[in-house]
Amino acid sequence: MVSAGAKDVAVREALFEARGLSKTYVVGEVVVSALAGVDLDLFRGELVVLLGPSGSGKSTLLNILGGLDVPTHGRVRFLHHDLTNAGEEILTRFRREHVGFVFQFYNLIPSLTARENVALVTEIAARSMPPDEALGLVGLADRLDHFPAQLSGGEQQRVAIARAVAKRPDVLLCDEPTGALDCETGKRVLEVLSRANQELGTTTAVITHNAAIAGMADRVIRMRSGSITGIQVNEQRVHPAELEW
Amino acid sequence: MVMRPLDRKLVRDLFHLRGQVVAIALVVACGVATVVTTRTAYESLVSARADYYARYRFADVFAHLERAPDVLRARIAEIPGVAAVETRVVADVTLDVPGLSEPAAGRLLSLPDGADPRLNAVHLRGGRPLDASRRDEVLVSEAFAQANHLRVGDAIGAVLNGRWERLRIVGIALSPEYIYEIRPADLFPDPRRFGVLWMSRAALGPAFDLDGAFNDVSLALVPEANQEEVIARVDRLLERHGGLGAYGRDEQVSARFIEDEIAQNRVTGTVLPAIFLGVAAFLLHIVLSRLVSTQREQIAVLKAFGYPKRTVALHYLLLAMTAVAIGALLGIGLGLWLGSLVNGVYREFYRFPRFPYEPGAAAVAIAVGVSALAAALGALSAVLRVLDLPPAEAMRPEPPARFRAGWIERAGLLRRLATPGRMVARNLSRRPVRAGLSVLGLALAVAILILARFFSDAIQTLSDVQFRSAQREDVAVSFHRPLSSHARFELAALPGVLSSETYRAVPARIRFEHHSRRVAVMGLHAQPSLRRIVGRDGRPVSLPADGAVLTSHLARLLHVEPGDVVTLEVLEGRRPALTVRVTTLADELLGLNVYLEDRALARLLEEEGSVSGAFLRVDAAASDALHQRLKRMPAVAGVGNRLAALASFEATLARNLGVMNGILVAFSCVIAAAMVYNSARIALSERSRELASLRVLGFSQREVTQMLLGEQAMLLVLALPLGFWIGHGLAKLLADAYAWELFRMPLVVTPRTYAYASLIAVLAALGSGALVRHRLRGLDLVASLKSRD
Ligand SMILES: Nc1ncnc2c1ncn2[C@@H]1O[C@H](COP(=O)(O)OP(=O)(O)O)[C@@H](O)[C@H]1O
Ligand SMILES: [Mg+2]
Repeated sequence: MVSAGAKDVAVREALFEARGLSKTYVVGEVVVSALAGVDLDLFRGELVVLLGPSGSGKSTLLNILGGLDVPTHGRVRFLHHDLTNAGEEILTRFRREHVGFVFQFYNLIPSLTARENVALVTEIAARSMPPDEALGLVGLADRLDHFPAQLSGGEQQRVAIARAVAKRPDVLLCDEPTGALDCETGKRVLEVLSRANQELGTTTAVITHNAAIAGMADRVIRMRSGSITGIQVNEQRVHPAELEW
Repeated sequence: MVMRPLDRKLVRDLFHLRGQVVAIALVVACGVATVVTTRTAYESLVSARADYYARYRFADVFAHLERAPDVLRARIAEIPGVAAVETRVVADVTLDVPGLSEPAAGRLLSLPDGADPRLNAVHLRGGRPLDASRRDEVLVSEAFAQANHLRVGDAIGAVLNGRWERLRIVGIALSPEYIYEIRPADLFPDPRRFGVLWMSRAALGPAFDLDGAFNDVSLALVPEANQEEVIARVDRLLERHGGLGAYGRDEQVSARFIEDEIAQNRVTGTVLPAIFLGVAAFLLHIVLSRLVSTQREQIAVLKAFGYPKRTVALHYLLLAMTAVAIGALLGIGLGLWLGSLVNGVYREFYRFPRFPYEPGAAAVAIAVGVSALAAALGALSAVLRVLDLPPAEAMRPEPPARFRAGWIERAGLLRRLATPGRMVARNLSRRPVRAGLSVLGLALAVAILILARFFSDAIQTLSDVQFRSAQREDVAVSFHRPLSSHARFELAALPGVLSSETYRAVPARIRFEHHSRRVAVMGLHAQPSLRRIVGRDGRPVSLPADGAVLTSHLARLLHVEPGDVVTLEVLEGRRPALTVRVTTLADELLGLNVYLEDRALARLLEEEGSVSGAFLRVDAAASDALHQRLKRMPAVAGVGNRLAALASFEATLARNLGVMNGILVAFSCVIAAAMVYNSARIALSERSRELASLRVLGFSQREVTQMLLGEQAMLLVLALPLGFWIGHGLAKLLADAYAWELFRMPLVVTPRTYAYASLIAVLAALGSGALVRHRLRGLDLVASLKSRD
């Protein structure tokens, strides 16, 4: 028996195709294997949660997908482009045109206002929305001219999300976006992410080591020690406000 | 125009770093100002000189002789390469100037009757040209007229060939031969006691029994002429007429001085800006490296969002460029202003008909170019780090482990145990590279302070060596022609003369291999007490019974070493060619000299102790009476006064160098303050988190301040000796570069200079300390603990 959700997934277009990805770091004399042979597809429009204990290779995987890093072995394709052997120039263009990032520590530019932080990215992107609109989307229409230091952690993270979605990326990669936030604030942020995914149709990957978040995803990818240990498909996405942790 | 976000970040970062940006801009301004000041000053000098030489037909070759008939002129004109020849009568006379008790020296030059001279034309500043039918008319040089408040219509007394005459001033004049107006054997101008006067040939010729004859000739050469060749031929033609050796502009005193000034300016305009801009680059390097490390995540995020690394790197380069551009603009303005000041000083010493300050675009372009280079150098390593920084950095949730971890705990442990001193020492030893850089920066500031003061030290030494150790007479008298040794008794009989020491000076060309030079060979007493030969160390050099002592710099120019045998081609009397062994080199600071013991010189010349002049020690009370007598003694060609010379030295060279020196001292203070401030400021931003933690742990405001400033004090203590060493090295570099024919720079750094440099550095540190303390008081404890950095 094939569930509706699974069937949907089967016909969807794969945005990313990763095959046999591995990544090793050499630290002094020690060789750390951050990824050990990962195969993964990400489909257009879905929201996936990458779940796993810290050190399991989630960030490494996301960085490689986002063109921030390159694998030691294996291949990554984005649509019809092979990212595996792409040079710095091509990766930079790839990130600029197709990827939005959200980081745990927001990484806003402290000397720029909320609006300017968003403009920083929209101005180098082709199909972007106006910064005000992006900030409206994350509920910060009244904080346009605040500097990061004048915003709370949750607000800063929402600016970071506005910055990431404003350029209408094909994929939004979020590395522990709620890691530095309390529960309530974290939920607000996840709501924004979920809304952006639904309203803009942006493929979204969210890293977390918090299993409670898994409910909001279309698919949950579990990782341990650099490998994918299981993929769970949610029939029904839970609204972030209803998540409990 | 709408500013792009990255530009806004640039502006805000600049504002945030304003203290350090101002510091860097000021240092750059100093460097650029020195470039612009020196370059525009000497370019104006070069162009005024070129214009003057061309329009007033300054000669290329000059020769003085005893006497030659006018018909020889045509023979000289036939020498291949000669474009024009002018002959004239030149006489050195003693002048009696109203209001001046001692006699002044005058150089009388004849002007052709009713025509412009073919070469070395005069520029009339006031009055009228000479009337050839009047025998007592003169034009006087402007500097002399001004120094003695002489006006058209005034009269001065002169002893012309033994006869006392009254000369009427009808005009004030300038000549390209006397842009720098100085008595031939002197080193510094003394316009009160030396002047140039022009008389008509019809008047001057007969007065010196040179009717239909001449004793001085000037030549202009065609551009492709071989000057050496022409000089040799002129010398051959003049040999029978008592020629004193022809020479080119390179040995013409005024031309030489200007050339040296230009060369000196070129050195100053290269060495000093190089040091200043080097310091600016160093400061930039520190500030930018610091900035890049605090903005690591921002750089990573820009890259993660697809900003090409070129754009990001350019952003930081622009930051450097902006700080430097502010400084460059400031420096150009300052440099143009200071350049006009230097030009004003030049006008006092160099007399041109027209000497405008005309700063060229080239100077500004060079200044902009070198400051951009400094910015690029300073930003280089930071920019490379920006290029290299992996974008994945931004994704990493935790900042990389820093060895600062555990600090708080340890601080807690140490709280009661450790004295602040121990903590300071521990902090420094934990980051040896950064501490080393800070020490180096402070040391450079100290070194520059030393360098600035070194100029005054050197001038002071120069004047001490020359006017206290070497010259010890009160009055120096020179004769028109050599007198018998009896002159000594006549001198001793003059009023007020306590003791005297005669000397013999012989014009000669010294030759070694293919190098040669016109010099006055001095025959001095074996154990001179009134005029000694003194090396740069201030110690007298004794004369050998046999052989010659040469100024080291002359030896260098001639490639002579002790033990070499040189030829002295005497240019008077029988004109013998003497061969002499050089026994000793005297590291003299002034002039190019050849000394022999007077008896040895007499032996070589086969003379019975002729004397060319004498050094006198004089009873001050009788000096007026003595001067009155000397003014009217026909045998006396010139009278020099040591104290007057010292005064004129201090007024001229010291003043001339003084302007540059003042600039340098001011600039070095700015740089020292900038360095020290920057060091303290960086320490503050680096440590604010740590210091806030300490405050949270219960340390008082004062204790934390002491800790931070104590660390700075420790750095300064380490920097002082290093700065002394570097400063001495820089002074040596400059002393080596400042080696001209007329004077050399002694390498002396006095304890006072070291003390001064230390004092300024400490004052700058105290000032910066106050600023930092103020900042520390405003430190937001919560914010600095919350921030990730
Ligand atoms: N730059 C790096 N150098 C060395 N080791 C690294 C580096 N980045 C990650 N690692 C190691 O790779 C492993 C996986 O890290 P990461 O992907 O960040 O895990 P996660 O995001 O799941 O916590 C960890 O053991 C980590 O220590
Ligand atoms: Mg991670």
